[in-house]
Amino acid sequence: MFNYLLRRILYAIPVLLGVNIITFLLFFAVNSPDDMARAYLGQKYVTPSAIQLWKSEHGYDVPMFYNEKASGISKVTNTLFFTKSLTLFTFNFGMSDSGRNISYDIRHRMLPSLAIAVPILLLGLLTNITMALLLIFFRQTYVEVGGAILCVILMSISSLFYIIAGQFILAKVFHWVPISGYQSGLDAVKFVILPVIVGVITGIGMGTRWYRTLFLEEQYKDYVRTARAKGLSQQRILLTHVLKNAMIPILTGLVVIIPSLFLGSLLLESFFGIPGLGSYTIDAITRQDFAIVRAMVFLGSVLYIVGLILTDISYTLVDPRVRLGSSQAGS
Amino acid sequence: MLGCRKIIVLIFISALLCIAGCRHKVLNDPHASERTQGTDNTLYTVFSDQPKTLDPAKSYSSNENVFTAQIYEPPLQYHYLLRPYQLVPLTATAVPIPRYEDQQHHPVSANASNIAYTVYTVHIKPGIFYQPHPAFVKKQGHYSNLSLSAPELKHIHTLADFKQQDTRELTADDYVYEIKRLASPRVQSPIAGFLSGYILGMKDYIQQLQKVSEKQPAECFFDLRPYPLAGARLLDRYTYEITITGKYPQFVYWLAMPFFAPIPWEADAFYSQPGMKDKNITLDWFPIGTGPYQMIENNPNAQIVLEKNPNFHEEYYPTEGMPTDKAAGFLKNAGKKLPLVDRAVYTLEKESIPHWNKFLQGYYDKSGISADSYDQAIRVTEHGQLEVSQQFRDRGIYLNTSTDPGLFYLGFNMLDPIVGGNTKRAQALRQAISIALDTEEYISIFLNGRGVSAQGPIPQGIFGSHTGEMGMNPIVYQWQGNHAQRRSLDEAKRLLAQAGYPEGREAKTGKPLLLNYDAVSTGSPDERAMVEWMRKQFAKLDIQLYVRATQYNRFQEKMRTGNAQVFFWGWTADYPDPENFLFLLYGPNGKVKHGGENAANYENSDYDALFVKMKNMENSPERQKIIDQMVAIARNDAPWMWGFNPKTFVLSHQWVSPTKPNMFANNTLKYLQVDPALRRQLQRTWNQPIFWPLWLLLIIVIALLLPVIIRYRKKQHSPPKRY
Amino acid sequence: MRIILLTSDALLFALLATFILLIFMALRKEHWRRPWKKVLEKPLGLLSLLIVILYFLVALLDSIHFVRALPETTNGALTQYSTQVESVLDNLMAPLGRITEKTYSAPLATKLYTKQSKLLPNGDWVRDYLPLTIITMTHAVPTPTIAACVAQGAVFTLLGMACLISVLLLIMSYRQHSFNQAWQRIFCKKTNFPWYTLLVTLAVLFFLISTTMLLIPYYHVFGTDKVGQDVLYAAIKSIRTGILIGTLTSLVMVPFAVILGMMAGYWGGLIDDIVQYLYTTLSSIPGVLLIAAAILSIQIYITNHPETFTTLNARADIRLLALCFILGITSWTSLCRVLRAETLKLRELDYIQAAKLLGTKDGRILANHILPNIMHIILITVVLDFSVLVLAEAVLTYVGVGVDPSTFSWGNMIDGARLEIAKDPLVWWPLTSAFLFMFVFILAANLLADSVRDAFDPRAED
Repeated sequence: MFNYLLRRILYAIPVLLGVNIITFLLFFAVNSPDDMARAYLGQKYVTPSAIQLWKSEHGYDVPMFYNEKASGISKVTNTLFFTKSLTLFTFNFGMSDSGRNISYDIRHRMLPSLAIAVPILLLGLLTNITMALLLIFFRQTYVEVGGAILCVILMSISSLFYIIAGQFILAKVFHWVPISGYQSGLDAVKFVILPVIVGVITGIGMGTRWYRTLFLEEQYKDYVRTARAKGLSQQRILLTHVLKNAMIPILTGLVVIIPSLFLGSLLLESFFGIPGLGSYTIDAITRQDFAIVRAMVFLGSVLYIVGLILTDISYTLVDPRVRLGSSQAGS
Repeated sequence: MLGCRKIIVLIFISALLCIAGCRHKVLNDPHASERTQGTDNTLYTVFSDQPKTLDPAKSYSSNENVFTAQIYEPPLQYHYLLRPYQLVPLTATAVPIPRYEDQQHHPVSANASNIAYTVYTVHIKPGIFYQPHPAFVKKQGHYSNLSLSAPELKHIHTLADFKQQDTRELTADDYVYEIKRLASPRVQSPIAGFLSGYILGMKDYIQQLQKVSEKQPAECFFDLRPYPLAGARLLDRYTYEITITGKYPQFVYWLAMPFFAPIPWEADAFYSQPGMKDKNITLDWFPIGTGPYQMIENNPNAQIVLEKNPNFHEEYYPTEGMPTDKAAGFLKNAGKKLPLVDRAVYTLEKESIPHWNKFLQGYYDKSGISADSYDQAIRVTEHGQLEVSQQFRDRGIYLNTSTDPGLFYLGFNMLDPIVGGNTKRAQALRQAISIALDTEEYISIFLNGRGVSAQGPIPQGIFGSHTGEMGMNPIVYQWQGNHAQRRSLDEAKRLLAQAGYPEGREAKTGKPLLLNYDAVSTGSPDERAMVEWMRKQFAKLDIQLYVRATQYNRFQEKMRTGNAQVFFWGWTADYPDPENFLFLLYGPNGKVKHGGENAANYENSDYDALFVKMKNMENSPERQKIIDQMVAIARNDAPWMWGFNPKTFVLSHQWVSPTKPNMFANNTLKYLQVDPALRRQLQRTWNQPIFWPLWLLLIIVIALLLPVIIRYRKKQHSPPKRY
Repeated sequence: MRIILLTSDALLFALLATFILLIFMALRKEHWRRPWKKVLEKPLGLLSLLIVILYFLVALLDSIHFVRALPETTNGALTQYSTQVESVLDNLMAPLGRITEKTYSAPLATKLYTKQSKLLPNGDWVRDYLPLTIITMTHAVPTPTIAACVAQGAVFTLLGMACLISVLLLIMSYRQHSFNQAWQRIFCKKTNFPWYTLLVTLAVLFFLISTTMLLIPYYHVFGTDKVGQDVLYAAIKSIRTGILIGTLTSLVMVPFAVILGMMAGYWGGLIDDIVQYLYTTLSSIPGVLLIAAAILSIQIYITNHPETFTTLNARADIRLLALCFILGITSWTSLCRVLRAETLKLRELDYIQAAKLLGTKDGRILANHILPNIMHIILITVVLDFSVLVLAEAVLTYVGVGVDPSTFSWGNMIDGARLEIAKDPLVWWPLTSAFLFMFVFILAANLLADSVRDAFDPRAED
């Protein structure tokens, strides 16, 4: 087990290196440091010397991969790739192009992101599983047909619509919650309600269908037939057998996304003015602050890989038949 | 199972009780926690662009000025009420009167031809103190916070974590220090290059500092005090002197901008300590000034809070104003001690819809008007006057309008072979386009009339502009009785034919004329509509328009290298003098050749000669005459389609005291007053939650669930089916 | 007139050709014909297929581009072409989209939605609702009322349906050698094929299209937007963008996923390691960020090489293609993973082992034995992904990394209309139209995907 984990963590290094190379190439192949300087320096009196100064202050005045002028090891280390990309491995994200410390901002923005991501995940899970169970329970009745069509309809509506409609009806017309904004601490609750409702509704269509398929698959397994043959009621079968066994794929599916919750939701956060990592990322994209985008890409990849490793661990925990370290042919 | 059901029922009932208990209470107040924290004498407003820096030496955009102007105090300010704009002392004892000197520093008269230097001597009022700040804390005569070690900094996350704070008296040296900072390579002030052309010795000083700076380690305090700057000298504790090469009468306006505000060296030393930058504790984010307000919270991701500076010197609301000011209520607080509001909470509001709706709910005190909400808010009376709509008047919302000191124009790159050059052909082409491009329609669609078509480079209200027929651009307009009427499309087409493009096709080859429009893509939802509109305008002349939209930085690069053809750009004035507009067309200011601000690269020797003559004159009829000649030349050459001067409309709630719009003064927060009791009462009446839909929803859900439950019961009792 | 072939047009037609070829090949094989029959026999499946086909038809018509020749000048030797690129669809819908107003007008309105300044003959300015250009333009006949158009449309529909049914009956009675039998097949539910659904759907579509066509010359059926552009026109033109994103992405993604997935699953070893590394790396980058990075880069590339993209269409087209390409790159990983696992399973099956022992070349085994067995997975994934991709376009456009702002797309329409719902009086039609057109399409695509999955998935046993 320990060996296996170590191997997985070591395997993460080349993956992250690959991520770094891809993002580095994407950003620097076409967007020169001069452009960044001009984007930052703004409106009036932008002179070439000001650009030069900005570049040297932000460390963009070195070559990309290989520094001919330097000597020894710094031929490689005193380059953009090394200073801007590889230093990410130490989780030192450096300064954003607008001069703020990225790690500081990320730390402060994680909490608001979690404040909406976690309730959405939990409530969504609850609603979706309940809906899916109901659909199964009423299999081959009008409830199921109606429910399934409702799911497809919910799925077919753009998430932007839910946000716009939610803000308009609940906040503007009914005055139930503030339209947007965020406060830390307990005050966060009233700001979070609306985005959470919207987030849950957006996910119902997809989620219910997904869990329904999961349960259906279990439905046809032999043990369910046996249970039914024993005369157990449909309700008992669903709640005790099907749900319990379907928990394994549900749980392991959840574990992958838990770390990514930190990244927040791009759309919800920027529409509802929540100062989380999602709106941070969107701002960075629109302002072309590549230092932040690079940091977020790296962070996202790290969290994803953490999720994968956690999934493997959770497999062994919920299903004793799985042993880590043996051949991983099907992973 | 039963227990579970009971719990659900319990939760449900308690939720209902909660909601019932909330009756007559406002649920949607976004500032609730803010209010409980202290005084309610607070202004609630917004910022939509995150400031990039609040360092007075670096900040040069209006969204940052909103904050810096309240905190930093340059020696001068604009009078709040008097028009035309007039400088009055702020921390200085009087507006400095320039002294002229010749090459050998002998005094000469203002009209002398051998003026080599201009000297401004500024006296500072004694007894002005800085806001409380940890940088000033002293223990036994030594500064205790200027050389903090890493362990001491460990528990410091923001400026508020420093328990001890102290203050110090403002001295003239602080002003000199800031002028030196403008030249420092570590600061990178955007106006360093510009000022080095004026302030004596600044050019050499920049190079000197550059050399010294390279030798010193990057992350430590770069003390500028040992290095003297010839153009900024300290005379005594309260007096300093600025020396300008040549004559530049407009320089005195710069002394009212935050660039010339004081910075205590202690602050520089404090913020330069290693480790501070990693915690975002820098001068960029935590300003330190003598002004009416200090920044107590700076979270550019969510909100910025200003609070009254307890050490603020005595300043009183002006008692004299223009004749109409009394009726308008601008003199209501005359003679009161400033500032009037204790706190100002600025909330980040990126999307315009939430911003507007929160204003309507009373949670923001003031708001601009986006084009989309214009018709809801403003109506035009029978006499063509603007006023707020009935719905808004019922809520006590009132309107302030002002013309911005800026302009937006469609420029032609004069270096371009097709649209550029001073030939008759190109001139006709540019004039034709100028006529066809219907600025009035643009203003009406995209700005809802919040702008005026510009008739030349100088906006209304600035010396040198005219109103009525005198001010009309005769190339594009015709005077008809009482108003200027845009010339007809036929005339534009005739001009186009003269230019050699009858019906939009090159006369010789029959090729359709294709022009490139270099736009800045802003990502605003209106962008597509604007581009589409622009294409429609050119299509009126059968000219095909190829839009090349790029990010702003790319656009700047194109302008710098002269790769643009037709472009849209703007300018905001630094000070109320026609020179600040006319220099945008001055040949030696050409963007491509000289890196100046003349983006059209316009060059006309007559215009340039007149500009040199006009530049240093005092406002007088002679100056007006020269300006008229210059404007006439520029209109005829049409290097710009003159575009429009935007107007700002500000709506305020009835609990906010009337504020007179001032185009150049940004430090107007101190004149503002709110009535918190009235605000709270109105907020409550406007924001009663509407609950009946909740009950309705509940009934619908039950109605939907009922058959399901019935079926469920039935199913439970029936024998299991085989699938 | 000169035909202009944009890259995306070419790809779309190539895709269509492949598709038709596949259908012909599939029709010859029983195990492919049967599931499709199953899809068609379900009313919902048939209905959604009809709608999807209609959308595709519109997209195809909108993909034949040309420029008109300009009138000869007296001394011009060479014929010059207009720079205005048109499509066949533009001309079919003709006056639609040609007449623009000053600014907003409500659906089927006769006057502008907001007051405009107007100069009176006596020199005074008033603000008033101005009549629309489409109304004031001199028509030979007075503007017909909406009711008249609807009634006319209904009559056309009745006539059209009558014609269609008689033609159908004729053909079927010829094939069945009996009119009676043909009649019964269609109207008396004698077959599994849902004739009623087909006929009713066709009638409704026929009615909607004919009424709209009748209204178009005199009204803006869905109103106009901020600059007076017809909203219906924009919504219809957006269909092509949506379909391109849904299909071309699959075109990019499927070959990658299939080849790499099969290779990794079949050979294992080093190849497997490399492929796994590749998709782990790619899928670990948050999708939106990868797309944003790539689109920003492409944008900069386009502005740096203005000489390569000389027309607006070429530039918008390359950005659209880039978006498809990058969406493909981000979405191939999941399919690849599934295919790899499936191949891994198939590899161990007896008949494959037997083929191996017999010395069949690996390439042949992959093409003849494994590929046909994973075909249904590919089909299901492609159909399921389709609607997700079209929805993704709208979100990406909001983030600012979607299609070019000058391209007609639902995402652009929604993004532009975002501010309009704050307007008072409310401007609801651009947003509603975009959502409506998108919703109908996505709903149909989702329903079709469901039917296809049910029909093809061997595990689904309904």
